[in-house]
Amino acid sequence: MVIKVLGTGCKKCKELEQNVRMAIAQLQIDAQVEKVEDIGKIMSYGVMSTPALVVNEKVVSTGKLLSVDELMGVLK
Amino acid sequence: MFNMFADWLVEDVFGLSITSKFGGALHFFIYDTLKILFLLSVMVFAISFVRSYFPPEKVKRWISGKKKGIASVLAALLGVVSPFCSCSTVPLFIGFVEAGIPLGVMFTFLISSPIVNEVSLVMLFSIFGWKIAVLYVLFGVLLAIIAGWVIGKLKLEKYVEPYVFNIQLGESVVQEMTMRERFAYAKTNVIDTVKKIWVFLLIGIGIGAWIHGYVPEDLLVRYAGEKSILAVPVAVILGVPLYSNAVGSLPMIEALMGKGVAPGTALSFMMAMTALSFPEMVLLRKVMKPQLIGMFVLIVTIGIIAIGYIFNAIL
Repeated sequence: MVIKVLGTGCKKCKELEQNVRMAIAQLQIDAQVEKVEDIGKIMSYGVMSTPALVVNEKVVSTGKLLSVDELMGVLK
Repeated sequence: MFNMFADWLVEDVFGLSITSKFGGALHFFIYDTLKILFLLSVMVFAISFVRSYFPPEKVKRWISGKKKGIASVLAALLGVVSPFCSCSTVPLFIGFVEAGIPLGVMFTFLISSPIVNEVSLVMLFSIFGWKIAVLYVLFGVLLAIIAGWVIGKLKLEKYVEPYVFNIQLGESVVQEMTMRERFAYAKTNVIDTVKKIWVFLLIGIGIGAWIHGYVPEDLLVRYAGEKSILAVPVAVILGVPLYSNAVGSLPMIEALMGKGVAPGTALSFMMAMTALSFPEMVLLRKVMKPQLIGMFVLIVTIGIIAIGYIFNAIL
């Protein structure tokens, strides 16, 4: 599984990345986490509100800081 | 209810008279804190719930392809309800430009979004009543439309950083939230908002309480009352760099108005603080050249000064 956190570097984006890592650890799944800060790459997903979450190249959430619990639901 | 509780606390528990200076200030502090926190939580919840239906990705689809006039009215209204935190300013801007939305319409959205937000609305309503709250929203939206129109007329597209036009925007389908997710989103927003502003709020209310209890009336009437012509521009020019938190400023403004500061002066001060924020300018610099940012600041500042005078004339 490839998980990408899209964000230009604000506080919420960093928190989302941390939450993603915690959720993965708790679920004990094999996933690769990538932080995408390049604005061109972010836009290529059609995302306009950050932080956004992309799982296996599919946008699953935009403009929201998902909690660890919410992420565990999404990533399962 | 909050008033009774504050009365009881100040008079019976602390044994102070509300008419005394310290008792009055303390009463103001307790009453305002309780009332504002309560209203804020309720309203942020309700508005966040509504907002969950208007993510920027959807807004973009709605605005693009519309006639300019309709698009700018739509942009101003959507700016009011659409959620975006300032770190989304850049992707938002690029997304709108990509969708072929005119620069002026884009600015309309950028202006109305911070000026008319749920938090300041709640504060205005709870402190000054619905009449001033409605006027504030109405003029905030009008300012956004007119300023956007002027910027559009000036043909400033050349001041947008060229790379903006080269970015390819992908199509993505953003998943619809379920009802449960919307409630969770609204709840998270309440917690986030309260966490973010409570310090400013308490400081603001504290200063407000102090003004309420200790600042002599005639002092302010002389410098910032209805008859003072320069009060509005001075308040606006002071407000722009003072960008901190509109929330903290409102209790101060309430107390100042109680001491004779004209309402238009107070409201334009607040508008200046929220509309033009330095952190947002820094972000906008990534997508536009300084000339365009300068124009934007100038036009909005003039607009807010005008609104201050209009408010003073009609309120």
